[in-house]
Amino acid sequence: MLIWDLFKMALRSLVTHKLRTFLTALGIIIGVASVISMISIGEGARRQTLDTISKFGTNIITIKPGQQKSRHVATGKVDTLTLDDADFIEENIPLITGVAAQVYQSAQLKFENKNTNSTVRGTGASYARLANFEMDRGRYFNQEEIRSAKRVCVVGSTVLKNLFEGQNPLGKTIKVDGKNFLVIGTTVPKGALSWFDPDDQIFIPVTTAQKRVFGMDYVQSIDVQAGQIDDLEIIKEDISRILRQKHNIAEGKEDDFYVQNSSQWLNSWGDAAKTFTYLLGGIAAISLMVGGIGIMNIMLVSVTERTREIGIRKAIGAKKKEILEQFLIESVVISFLGGGIGVLLGIGISRVVSGMGDWETVVSTQSILLAFGFSVAIGIFFGFYPANKAANLNPIDALRYE
Amino acid sequence: MIEVEKLSKIYQMGEQQVSALAGVDFRIEKGEFVAIMGPSGSGKSTLMNLLGCLDLPSSGIYRLENLDIQDLKPNQLAEVRNRRIGFVFQSFNLLPRASALENTELPLLYGRVHNATEIALQALDRVGLAHRAKHKPTELSGGERQRVAIARALVNSPAIILADEPTGNLDSATGKEIMDLFQELNREAVTLILVTHEQEIAQQAKRIMLMKDGKIIDDTFKETEPC
Repeated sequence: MLIWDLFKMALRSLVTHKLRTFLTALGIIIGVASVISMISIGEGARRQTLDTISKFGTNIITIKPGQQKSRHVATGKVDTLTLDDADFIEENIPLITGVAAQVYQSAQLKFENKNTNSTVRGTGASYARLANFEMDRGRYFNQEEIRSAKRVCVVGSTVLKNLFEGQNPLGKTIKVDGKNFLVIGTTVPKGALSWFDPDDQIFIPVTTAQKRVFGMDYVQSIDVQAGQIDDLEIIKEDISRILRQKHNIAEGKEDDFYVQNSSQWLNSWGDAAKTFTYLLGGIAAISLMVGGIGIMNIMLVSVTERTREIGIRKAIGAKKKEILEQFLIESVVISFLGGGIGVLLGIGISRVVSGMGDWETVVSTQSILLAFGFSVAIGIFFGFYPANKAANLNPIDALRYE
Repeated sequence: MIEVEKLSKIYQMGEQQVSALAGVDFRIEKGEFVAIMGPSGSGKSTLMNLLGCLDLPSSGIYRLENLDIQDLKPNQLAEVRNRRIGFVFQSFNLLPRASALENTELPLLYGRVHNATEIALQALDRVGLAHRAKHKPTELSGGERQRVAIARALVNSPAIILADEPTGNLDSATGKEIMDLFQELNREAVTLILVTHEQEIAQQAKRIMLMKDGKIIDDTFKETEPC
């Protein structure tokens, strides 16, 4: 018996029982559709998070005082970094394209009768560029204003909303911890992350912040921008080397600062999102398994129903292998069919989900191949037992079966 | 053609051994028309299953066209059934969803024969049903169904055709038509072995074997020389 004839026979028997075939395939359809849509939602969430994080700049290296003992927890002295260090790095490492030292604290802001509590960030002139802040109105402060510690500020969009409620803030004066600051610019909103709103802050010259607001002579972090992402590791090493030199740290002693870059963040967030995707995909895969069990169940019923047919086929010369193939092809056709419809449905669902809100979904070819291949494999796996049962029937008993 | 020596079949029924066939010997030559008769339980179904290569004997020898059937593996048995044996059953045993033509074609498909459709049409023509080729069994009368079954049995030009109560489900007029068809086929040198209860049917064969308790107790040739 040629495979084509077996295929025709399988199709005929499936077409004869249209409803049953559809219901059997439904398990696979739902399984495949959920695998594809779940993975697309998970993958979309991952991309979205990474996009948001990379708005902060992926080629930024951050230097902080103290030692990093475990992930994101710093210990040790906090006053080991200075503006001098920032200048020294800028002068001595040629691969970098910008350095911005920062001090930041929460402070009360006041305009006329309105109050808000926000982050006040003292920065260098190149911070806006390094941190991907675009100017909405006005300008960022310049080197001259930093040198002379001018009381000027640039306002983030959340602060703008809270204090000015739509008025043009340029030229207005706000109070920061009771001290007057002239507003010279506003920034374009970046959008809040769950743990932090980058728009809920104002920016003032780092020197002004140190001397006139916070009363400190050190800086809390130094951002260094790498010209090329590939140079990040070299730059990190260079920074460590020259800072140790400058701080006179003897060999064998620990650094009094630590260096990290945002791509580490990116990676750990990416990993978390990946885990989320696997989890969703795993749950969906379980429904695919259940679909496979459905196929097995129906195929067992089908074999029992067609015992006599199997007897006839064996009597006129069908070999064991040919009976096995006939039933296996039926279950594979069902799962193939279910897989195909499921892929279309899954793509449809993820379209609908991304159409509904700002959920991004990404249907990857990989997930389609995975789900489709898996469904066919399930057809073979769960179809094998019933097919084998059919192939092993004794022709005499099968012929007598009523 | 067929040589059977001390053929026996013993079934294990729980603790007990039941001897369904207790060592039979006979020869059947090409072109014979043999009727096997006997009360139920006499072993004729067991003998048919063995002759049809659906089952293997417990002991003894069954040689079909010089092939030692008792030594064959299941796949080889399937091949022998496909190429050398045609079955006609009491209840027709056609595939209900396949047309007459497709039913007739089936042994050829399993035998991987080329021009299956052409050969199957010829077989249908031989039983006088070429004009009903596209019809499903449900659209055919009992006699027509049995003719399709006979066409299916003939289609591979088998060494023997085994018919198990072929007229059992038919009225006497249709039964006679089927027996006439068998007679006609036998005249064209097809070897026929027929199992029946009915004396009247058996009388149309050239040789009658009578079975009882797993043995052949009588073996009569109606004509002195089988052709």
